[in-house]
Amino acid sequence: MNFDYTEEHLMIKQAARDFARKLEADVIERDRTATYPTAHVKEMAELGFLGMMIDPKYGGGGMDSLSYAIAIEEISKIDSSVAVIMSVHNSLVSYGVEKYGSEEQKQKFLPRMATGEHIGAFLLSEPEAGSDATSQKTLAEDKGDHYLLNGTKNWITSADNSSIYLVIAQTHPDKKHHGINVLIVDRHSPGISLGAHEDKMGMRSSDTHSVMFTDVKVPKANRLGEDGFGFTFAMKALEAGRIGIAAQATGIAAGAYERALHYSKERKSFGRLICEHQAIAFKLAEMYLKIENARNLVHKAAWLKDNNKPYSLAGSMAKLYAADIAMEVTTEAVQIHGGYGYVKEYHVERLMREAKLTQIYEGTSEIQKIVISRSLIKQK
Amino acid sequence: MNNVLIYTENFDGKFKKSIYEIASYGSEIARQLGGQAIAISLGDVAEGELKSLGTFGISKVLTASGDLFDTFQNLPYAAAIAQAANQENAGVIIFSASNIAKAIAPRVSVKLKAGMVFAATGLPSNLNPFTVPKKVFHGKAFADVVVGSERKIISLSQNSFGLREHPADIVIEALPTETSTASAIRVIDTQKASGKILLNDAEIIVSGGRGLKSADNWQPIEELAEILGAATACSRPVSDEGWRPHSEHVGQTGKIVAPNLYFALGISGAIQHLAGVSSSKVIVAINTDKDAPIFEAADYGIVGDVQKVLPQLNDAFRKFKAEN
Amino acid sequence: MKILVCISNVPDTTTRIKLSSDQNAIDLSNVQWIINPWDELALTRALELKESSGGSIESVSIIHVGNAGSEATLRKALAIGADDAMRVDAAPADAYAVAHEIAEAVKDKNFDLILCGIESSDYNGSAMGGMLAEFLNMESVSSVSKLEIEGAEIKLNREIAGGYEVIAAQAPVIAIVQKGIAIEPRIPSMRGIMMARKKPLVVVPATGAKALTEFVHYTPPQPKAACKMIAADNPAELVNLLHNEAKII
Repeated sequence: MNFDYTEEHLMIKQAARDFARKLEADVIERDRTATYPTAHVKEMAELGFLGMMIDPKYGGGGMDSLSYAIAIEEISKIDSSVAVIMSVHNSLVSYGVEKYGSEEQKQKFLPRMATGEHIGAFLLSEPEAGSDATSQKTLAEDKGDHYLLNGTKNWITSADNSSIYLVIAQTHPDKKHHGINVLIVDRHSPGISLGAHEDKMGMRSSDTHSVMFTDVKVPKANRLGEDGFGFTFAMKALEAGRIGIAAQATGIAAGAYERALHYSKERKSFGRLICEHQAIAFKLAEMYLKIENARNLVHKAAWLKDNNKPYSLAGSMAKLYAADIAMEVTTEAVQIHGGYGYVKEYHVERLMREAKLTQIYEGTSEIQKIVISRSLIKQK
Repeated sequence: MNNVLIYTENFDGKFKKSIYEIASYGSEIARQLGGQAIAISLGDVAEGELKSLGTFGISKVLTASGDLFDTFQNLPYAAAIAQAANQENAGVIIFSASNIAKAIAPRVSVKLKAGMVFAATGLPSNLNPFTVPKKVFHGKAFADVVVGSERKIISLSQNSFGLREHPADIVIEALPTETSTASAIRVIDTQKASGKILLNDAEIIVSGGRGLKSADNWQPIEELAEILGAATACSRPVSDEGWRPHSEHVGQTGKIVAPNLYFALGISGAIQHLAGVSSSKVIVAINTDKDAPIFEAADYGIVGDVQKVLPQLNDAFRKFKAEN
Repeated sequence: MKILVCISNVPDTTTRIKLSSDQNAIDLSNVQWIINPWDELALTRALELKESSGGSIESVSIIHVGNAGSEATLRKALAIGADDAMRVDAAPADAYAVAHEIAEAVKDKNFDLILCGIESSDYNGSAMGGMLAEFLNMESVSSVSKLEIEGAEIKLNREIAGGYEVIAAQAPVIAIVQKGIAIEPRIPSMRGIMMARKKPLVVVPATGAKALTEFVHYTPPQPKAACKMIAADNPAELVNLLHNEAKII
């Protein structure tokens, strides 16, 4: 066992922290106006956060999942909108293409994804297929040399600001989820239109839309894996994505905790700093413990993945626990701030709104419990 | 080696208060050592101005002027000071902790193998071992530095030693200098603001921060500075935003100042800012946030919006100035 | 052209300074170490110059005097973009000894431009760069707030009381730089971080240069009296207090 970070891990943490400090300047305003962080995403690309795990031969940083989790956590302490743009691009889309794409596909798509010139979006959810991903209604009809795509996808992060869509769609409805494919789709193909910008509770600075496909032609060469691989692919990608979301939730909790700790050491009541009141001090102790537990689960899942060991159970546990404690810790952080916590200036109410989404997306907390319990029952 | 040599830097031919401070300071050290306090002045300074050093205990001024010393160049300046130290058998060489001292004192240190203390805050606490106080970590702690070399160099912080008059008979003597210290460095242009009070000289500084909200809101700051004869300054975010020039930035990475009175207006008081102003004798803070750290460093505070409070405060100062 | 940047390793500038119980040392346990802020700006400017030089600046090297513990700081400088690093293996006893060691390490290396920060944020000595210039018998310009390379000429702004001078210099020269030389230090990129370990970090044996000064004792600053609060609608009271109580106006 070794819990030490490498020199690189510490440098990545500091770099992510320094980058996140710049997000702080306009995070409240972007949250209020639901404005996409264009300049910040550009800088994030320049710093290499968008290609950090991609193999250097395709222009990436070649870093491990632990590095990625560390970076996501630091950025999420300040701004989860930016973190989710990074997370979807890295751990769903880039990971998916790199892990399951052909050499030709990798050479074609990865270099520009590594530099962040092309941002990725992941299109799985549908109006009637959220957690139940098997019932895909979007059709990818086999037309010989191409697929013809028709249908609607929901809740798509970066739908408007991405260039590459990974679309999960049904080709052989009779085969149910064994008939599903995953296609790399140019976001600017004819026949793609976007629904309205979703007016979200939190992570408001990332853009979320529904996406409609009407007779969109996709070359066969853009299919990832064998015919019918799509559902397995989606599940594998989500498995990897959970580590990123768990790291994000841990970051949200840690960001709220840091602000609460700081506030409690400045604010006085009844003649003492409020951190000296046991009611507050015990809250801080519990918050810190929960964050440390979440971080350990996240880092263990990342370590398993980096060492090519099964990480599905560990990833689900990390995501479930981190999301739940993010909700608890941010709620307590608001409580510690009192009235100040309920106004936007102090950030913790925003972190609380952001935390809620981590219990919902990329597999709800309830889905994680299904994954975990099934995994336990299957074990001998 | 009981003599003390004091480099009396001039500003357009005049000595500033900080020079009389080091004259007083050097004379006091010479008295303790049982030696003479000797000044060295480089460049053109009128005789009357040179003689004014006598008021503060200087018994001799060495001078050198001419082409080599017309504009500041660190090679001939450092060479002349080291030469004077040798000629006068000076064991202690004193500078005022200015930009010029930063340029030449280290060179003199190497020439004379003299250990150096930059930005000393007072007299040596001990002559043997020679121990000098200074601030470290920009005022977050004070330290005693022992200088172990036979010769010692001290650059004294401005505003840290009061003037002490010890009128002495003063002689002016030319220092023979080399004429061929050619330099590959040329000054091709000089830009100086005229009529403005310089930050490092100012007894009062009026400093604005992000609380002013925009570059357009500096008028009342300028007004207050004018009423009080103060210099204007700003915090780091303000100079980073380009609202004010970098030369006005006070703080750890900007200028370190030590005025008698410092107004922190709309400045929250980040630790790096406080490091640059903590030597001020009195700090006044105006800020909307009653929990802002500036109030821990301040002597007098007003919780309020600086844009609303400042015009009223200016009126109050105007009234005071009219009556006093 | 070859550029050298001198790097000092200092506690993070937000560190709260704690003294050892005998007050003869500063307690540096649990301190986060960083590149001295002025040195970091110097490095940033050096990298900007190299990038815009069209290849005429072949390398930006860094040098540091310190123990192995400071290698993480050097690696960060490499991650930001320095090409190679030298660490003179000695505890940095004082500016004189550090300058002497650096001079011995680089005297035969023909650097055209050497950049040093105007001071270090720990001991605030403002000495090393000027001493190095004297040891190497090189021209130097201090208080530099702007630096450009125009052909064979190096143009610098030197801050002086009330303004600045524009100076033209020829290589080799030492520039001792301050605020303004670069706007903002760089964040290392992910690629830079991964490449840092592959860049040379050479450990140079120390020559045993002697220090001339020693910090022997520390005292914390005097705690300040509580701030006296004045009502926002009564600024005349502030004027009164400054006049009659503080006797400052």
